[in-house]
Amino acid sequence: MKEFSRLLITLTVVAVSAGMLLSMMESVTREPIATQRSIQQLKAISAVLPQFDNSPDTDVAVLQSGTDKKGNPVQTTFFRARLADQLVGVAFKVIAADGYSGNIEVMVGLDTAENIVAIEILAHAETPGLGSLISDQWFKDLFRDRNLDNTDWRVKKDGGEIDQITGATISPRAIVAAVKQGLEFYRQHRQQIVAAQGE
Amino acid sequence: MSLVAEFNKGIWDKNPVFKLVLGMCPILAVTTSAENGLGMGLATTFVLICSNIVVSTMRKMIPSEVRIPAFTIIIATFVTVVQLGMEAWVYDLYQALGIFIPLIVVNCLILGRAEGFASKNPVLDSIFDGAGMGVGFTLALFTLGAIRELFGSGAILGFPIFGAGYPPILLMILPPGAFITLGLLLAALNKVADRKV
Repeated sequence: MKEFSRLLITLTVVAVSAGMLLSMMESVTREPIATQRSIQQLKAISAVLPQFDNSPDTDVAVLQSGTDKKGNPVQTTFFRARLADQLVGVAFKVIAADGYSGNIEVMVGLDTAENIVAIEILAHAETPGLGSLISDQWFKDLFRDRNLDNTDWRVKKDGGEIDQITGATISPRAIVAAVKQGLEFYRQHRQQIVAAQGE
Repeated sequence: MSLVAEFNKGIWDKNPVFKLVLGMCPILAVTTSAENGLGMGLATTFVLICSNIVVSTMRKMIPSEVRIPAFTIIIATFVTVVQLGMEAWVYDLYQALGIFIPLIVVNCLILGRAEGFASKNPVLDSIFDGAGMGVGFTLALFTLGAIRELFGSGAILGFPIFGAGYPPILLMILPPGAFITLGLLLAALNKVADRKV
């Protein structure tokens, strides 16, 4: 019994000290990490929107866009860009869950006529050299100026209008479907998104 | 053994990658570029030195029955420290290494040194052992990453070497390229080692 409590105490001491060290580190890095994340987000938002003079990362509308597998609500944040107080564009993130490996996160930017200004790939784990080509500028440029009406939202292999990548059809197909879904959601909820009060 | 010898053994005689062949998962997975290899190597070195210090300091206090869970907690703590630090101050590298930072916890090199060296030796020796092993690991990862990046992307550390007309050998930055490069490197190094003796 004495031996047992010695083991117990040792492990407890080790675990508690580890916890203390970690909470110290967390409090030191909390602010830099939050700053980093918001810088990255603003960078991605700016890349897909027309010129603006407000801060779209705080001028947001949050809507429930669906439910996940467990039935919990999934929320999408819409970032609104304004120039001289006039709405010039809206950016939002879509997630393509059916890529080749893992989720592909795509930031989509629209102008006021629902045309795509640009898209930006935020995160993906596709095969380097094949699926990863979705991050190349030429692929992202394929989406420029497209909207729900002027484009058949399928990759060419499936009879649509958007070029796939040779050797990697799955990743572009997933992105095309996700972007299309995002556009449809935006069209249905346009009033709410544009009119919602910013924070 | 002198401290210098403790340090040096990690670089050549007992190089964790080329001689002990430990920690293959990060070695094979992250070395798609020289920068990734370097970042992974340095992160691992930091964890290795810290965990060696703590394990060595506590070597007489930790009963051997619970040493493995205790070592694992210590290692996991420092890995989390590295992860938070990288996310805060070197965000690009943090994104490039992704899931492989938390996976440093299960890199058997670190537990191997804690169990095999730090738990039996004084603190100062353990620091040099950890530093030497870490530098050896980093050098190996950098070499692998540089070779794979050179042939797979035609560049080293992002600087083009072969020019724009070079068709990249995709295989080299895919998983098979890691095995092929490591195999060839091991063969070449064994050849050199044989000649030395």
